[in-house]
Amino acid sequence: MQTPRVVVQFEDFDLSAEIAALRAGDGGVGAVCSFVGTVRDRSPLGEVSAMELEHYPGMTEKSIEAMIDAAHARFDIRGVRVVHRIGLLGPCDQIVLVAVTSAHRGESFQACEYIMDYLKTGAPFWKKEATPDGARWVDARVSDDEALARWAING
Amino acid sequence: MSRQISVVVRYFASVREAVGTGSETVVTTANTVGELRDEIIARGGAWATSLARGKAVRVALDQVLQQDESAVLADGTEIAFFPPVTGG
Repeated sequence: MQTPRVVVQFEDFDLSAEIAALRAGDGGVGAVCSFVGTVRDRSPLGEVSAMELEHYPGMTEKSIEAMIDAAHARFDIRGVRVVHRIGLLGPCDQIVLVAVTSAHRGESFQACEYIMDYLKTGAPFWKKEATPDGARWVDARVSDDEALARWAING
Repeated sequence: MSRQISVVVRYFASVREAVGTGSETVVTTANTVGELRDEIIARGGAWATSLARGKAVRVALDQVLQQDESAVLADGTEIAFFPPVTGG
Protein backbone atom coordinates (compact mmCIF):
# COMPACT_ATOMS: atom_id res chain seq x y z
CA MET A 1 0.00 0.00 0.00
CA GLN A 2 1.26 3.45 -0.85
CA THR A 3 1.89 5.91 1.99
CA PRO A 4 -0.82 8.58 2.07
CA ARG A 5 0.30 12.01 0.92
CA VAL A 6 -1.42 13.85 3.76
CA VAL A 7 -1.60 12.93 7.42
CA VAL A 8 -3.08 14.93 10.31
CA GLN A 9 -2.08 13.45 13.66
CA PHE A 10 -1.59 14.14 17.37
CA GLU A 11 1.69 12.18 17.46
CA ASP A 12 5.13 13.53 16.68
CA PHE A 13 6.86 12.53 13.42
CA ASP A 14 10.36 11.33 12.54
CA LEU A 15 11.88 13.30 9.67
CA SER A 16 14.32 10.54 8.67
CA ALA A 17 11.64 7.86 8.63
CA GLU A 18 9.29 10.09 6.63
CA ILE A 19 11.91 10.84 3.99
CA ALA A 20 12.99 7.21 3.80
CA ALA A 21 9.39 6.16 3.14
CA LEU A 22 8.82 8.94 0.61
CA ARG A 23 11.78 8.02 -1.59
CA ALA A 24 11.76 4.25 -1.01
CA GLY A 25 12.18 2.33 -4.23
CA ASP A 26 12.21 5.38 -6.50
CA GLY A 27 15.55 5.38 -8.31
CA GLY A 28 14.54 8.48 -10.26
CA VAL A 29 14.82 10.65 -7.17
CA GLY A 30 17.91 12.83 -7.15
CA ALA A 31 16.76 15.46 -4.66
CA VAL A 32 14.78 15.59 -1.44
CA CYS A 33 13.74 18.89 0.10
CA SER A 34 11.96 19.12 3.43
CA PHE A 35 10.60 21.83 5.71
CA VAL A 36 9.80 21.35 9.40
CA GLY A 37 7.84 24.00 11.29
CA THR A 38 8.30 24.14 15.07
CA VAL A 39 6.70 25.89 18.06
CA ARG A 40 8.44 29.08 19.20
CA ASP A 41 8.54 29.89 22.92
CA ARG A 42 7.68 33.53 22.22
CA SER A 43 5.38 35.67 20.09
CA PRO A 44 5.43 39.43 19.42
CA LEU A 45 3.17 39.70 22.48
CA GLY A 46 5.37 37.75 24.87
CA GLU A 47 6.18 34.33 26.20
CA VAL A 48 4.35 31.28 24.85
CA SER A 49 4.18 28.23 27.12
CA ALA A 50 1.98 26.01 24.93
CA MET A 51 0.05 25.96 21.70
CA GLU A 52 -3.19 24.23 20.81
CA LEU A 53 -4.01 23.40 17.21
CA GLU A 54 -7.58 23.01 15.99
CA HIS A 55 -8.55 21.94 12.47
CA TYR A 56 -11.52 21.15 10.25
CA PRO A 57 -11.42 17.36 9.78
CA GLY A 58 -12.11 16.40 6.18
CA MET A 59 -11.57 19.84 4.71
CA THR A 60 -7.98 19.85 5.96
CA GLU A 61 -7.03 16.69 4.10
CA LYS A 62 -9.05 17.69 1.03
CA SER A 63 -7.47 21.15 0.77
CA ILE A 64 -3.89 19.89 1.21
CA GLU A 65 -4.48 17.12 -1.36
CA ALA A 66 -5.56 19.86 -3.80
CA MET A 67 -2.40 21.85 -3.01
CA ILE A 68 -0.25 18.80 -3.73
CA ASP A 69 -2.08 18.26 -7.03
CA ALA A 70 -1.40 21.91 -7.89
CA ALA A 71 2.28 21.46 -7.05
CA HIS A 72 2.52 18.40 -9.29
CA ALA A 73 0.92 20.37 -12.13
CA ARG A 74 3.34 23.23 -11.67
CA PHE A 75 6.65 21.55 -10.85
CA ASP A 76 8.39 18.43 -12.14
CA ILE A 77 8.34 16.58 -8.83
CA ARG A 78 8.05 12.88 -7.96
CA GLY A 79 6.53 12.61 -4.49
CA VAL A 80 5.10 14.74 -1.68
CA ARG A 81 4.41 14.03 1.97
CA VAL A 82 2.69 16.46 4.35
CA VAL A 83 2.30 15.72 8.07
CA HIS A 84 0.53 18.27 10.27
CA ARG A 85 0.08 17.86 14.00
CA ILE A 86 -2.96 18.91 16.03
CA GLY A 87 -3.73 19.08 19.73
CA LEU A 88 -1.57 20.47 22.49
CA LEU A 89 2.07 21.25 21.64
CA GLY A 90 4.91 22.77 23.63
CA PRO A 91 7.84 25.04 22.72
CA CYS A 92 10.35 23.34 20.38
CA ASP A 93 7.81 20.68 19.33
CA GLN A 94 7.50 19.92 15.64
CA ILE A 95 4.23 21.11 14.07
CA VAL A 96 4.41 20.47 10.36
CA LEU A 97 6.44 18.60 7.77
CA VAL A 98 6.46 19.15 4.03
CA ALA A 99 8.80 16.85 2.07
CA VAL A 100 9.18 16.75 -1.70
CA THR A 101 11.25 14.57 -4.02
CA SER A 102 12.35 15.36 -7.57
CA ALA A 103 14.99 14.40 -10.10
CA HIS A 104 16.89 17.67 -9.65
CA ARG A 105 17.04 20.03 -6.68
CA GLY A 106 15.44 23.15 -8.16
CA GLU A 107 11.98 21.64 -8.51
CA SER A 108 11.80 20.18 -5.00
CA PHE A 109 13.14 23.37 -3.38
CA GLN A 110 10.47 25.41 -5.12
CA ALA A 111 7.60 22.95 -4.66
CA CYS A 112 8.34 22.63 -0.94
CA GLU A 113 8.05 26.37 -0.39
CA TYR A 114 5.03 26.60 -2.69
CA ILE A 115 3.12 23.94 -0.71
CA MET A 116 4.12 25.51 2.60
CA ASP A 117 3.02 29.01 1.51
CA TYR A 118 -0.25 27.58 0.24
CA LEU A 119 -0.83 25.61 3.46
CA LYS A 120 -0.29 28.69 5.65
CA THR A 121 -3.17 30.54 4.00
CA GLY A 122 -5.47 27.80 2.71
CA ALA A 123 -5.48 24.81 5.06
CA PRO A 124 -8.04 25.08 7.89
CA PHE A 125 -5.83 25.02 10.99
CA TRP A 126 -5.99 27.51 13.86
CA LYS A 127 -3.45 28.08 16.61
CA LYS A 128 -4.23 29.16 20.13
CA GLU A 129 -1.30 30.25 22.29
CA ALA A 130 -1.06 29.98 26.06
CA THR A 131 0.66 33.12 27.40
CA PRO A 132 1.15 34.62 30.88
CA ASP A 133 -1.90 36.83 30.10
CA GLY A 134 -4.07 33.86 29.19
CA ALA A 135 -4.87 31.95 26.02
CA ARG A 136 -5.30 33.81 22.76
CA TRP A 137 -5.97 32.91 19.15
CA VAL A 138 -3.08 33.66 16.82
CA ASP A 139 -3.90 36.30 14.20
CA ALA A 140 -3.35 35.57 10.52
CA ARG A 141 -0.32 37.39 9.13
CA VAL A 142 -0.40 39.70 6.13
CA SER A 143 3.08 38.42 5.23
CA ASP A 144 1.56 34.95 4.67
CA ASP A 145 -0.80 36.37 2.04
CA GLU A 146 2.13 38.18 0.45
CA ALA A 147 4.15 34.96 0.36
CA LEU A 148 1.32 33.22 -1.46
CA ALA A 149 0.90 36.13 -3.88
CA ARG A 150 4.44 35.50 -5.17
CA TRP A 151 3.07 32.35 -6.77
CA ALA A 152 0.20 34.34 -8.30
CA ILE A 153 -2.44 32.52 -6.30
CA ASN A 154 -5.30 34.08 -4.39
CA GLY A 155 -5.86 32.52 -0.96
CA MET B 1 -44.10 29.81 -1.06
CA SER B 2 -40.36 29.88 -0.37
CA ARG B 3 -38.50 26.61 -0.29
CA GLN B 4 -37.17 25.37 3.01
CA ILE B 5 -34.01 23.34 3.35
CA SER B 6 -31.94 21.90 6.16
CA VAL B 7 -28.21 22.64 6.21
CA VAL B 8 -25.36 21.89 8.59
CA VAL B 9 -23.51 24.94 9.84
CA ARG B 10 -20.10 24.52 11.47
CA TYR B 11 -18.00 27.01 13.41
CA PHE B 12 -14.29 26.86 14.22
CA ALA B 13 -11.68 28.48 16.46
CA SER B 14 -12.56 31.96 17.78
CA VAL B 15 -15.93 31.93 16.03
CA ARG B 16 -16.81 28.57 17.63
CA GLU B 17 -15.84 29.84 21.07
CA ALA B 18 -17.82 33.05 20.68
CA VAL B 19 -21.06 31.45 19.53
CA GLY B 20 -20.72 28.54 21.94
CA THR B 21 -21.21 25.68 19.50
CA GLY B 22 -19.19 23.87 16.86
CA SER B 23 -22.07 22.62 14.76
CA GLU B 24 -25.81 23.00 14.31
CA THR B 25 -28.52 22.03 11.87
CA VAL B 26 -30.35 25.04 10.50
CA VAL B 27 -33.69 24.96 8.71
CA THR B 28 -33.62 27.92 6.39
CA THR B 29 -35.17 29.65 3.42
CA ALA B 30 -31.83 31.22 2.48
CA ASN B 31 -30.80 30.61 -1.12
CA THR B 32 -27.14 31.51 -0.86
CA VAL B 33 -24.29 31.43 1.63
CA GLY B 34 -24.63 35.21 2.02
CA GLU B 35 -28.35 34.99 2.83
CA LEU B 36 -27.66 32.30 5.41
CA ARG B 37 -24.99 34.48 7.03
CA ASP B 38 -27.51 37.37 7.19
CA GLU B 39 -30.06 35.06 8.78
CA ILE B 40 -27.59 33.99 11.47
CA ILE B 41 -26.45 37.59 12.08
CA ALA B 42 -30.11 38.51 12.63
CA ARG B 43 -30.14 36.29 15.74
CA GLY B 44 -28.17 39.06 17.43
CA GLY B 45 -25.74 38.66 20.34
CA ALA B 46 -22.54 36.71 19.76
CA TRP B 47 -23.89 35.49 16.40
CA ALA B 48 -24.11 39.07 15.15
CA THR B 49 -20.72 40.15 16.44
CA SER B 50 -18.84 37.02 15.30
CA LEU B 51 -20.21 36.99 11.77
CA ALA B 52 -20.58 40.77 11.35
CA ARG B 53 -19.89 42.14 7.87
CA GLY B 54 -16.44 43.66 7.74
CA LYS B 55 -15.03 41.06 10.12
CA ALA B 56 -12.43 38.72 8.70
CA VAL B 57 -14.60 35.60 8.42
CA ARG B 58 -13.88 32.85 5.91
CA VAL B 59 -16.59 30.61 4.52
CA ALA B 60 -16.41 27.06 3.22
CA LEU B 61 -19.17 25.23 1.38
CA ASP B 62 -19.00 21.44 1.46
CA GLN B 63 -15.41 21.81 2.72
CA VAL B 64 -14.24 24.05 -0.12
CA LEU B 65 -13.11 27.59 0.68
CA GLN B 66 -15.33 30.20 -1.02
CA GLN B 67 -14.07 33.43 -2.58
CA ASP B 68 -17.48 35.08 -2.10
CA GLU B 69 -20.92 34.25 -0.68
CA SER B 70 -22.88 33.70 -3.86
CA ALA B 71 -22.83 29.88 -3.78
CA VAL B 72 -26.31 28.34 -3.74
CA LEU B 73 -27.36 26.13 -0.84
CA ALA B 74 -29.03 22.75 -1.22
CA ASP B 75 -30.61 20.41 1.29
CA GLY B 76 -27.80 18.83 3.32
CA THR B 77 -25.12 21.35 2.34
CA GLU B 78 -22.35 21.83 4.92
CA ILE B 79 -21.34 25.45 5.49
CA ALA B 80 -18.54 26.53 7.78
CA PHE B 81 -17.64 29.93 9.21
CA PHE B 82 -14.16 30.52 10.65
CA PRO B 83 -11.43 33.12 11.07
CA PRO B 84 -8.45 33.34 8.68
CA VAL B 85 -6.35 30.19 9.07
CA THR B 86 -3.10 30.11 11.07
CA GLY B 87 -1.62 26.64 10.60
CA GLY B 88 1.82 25.59 9.52
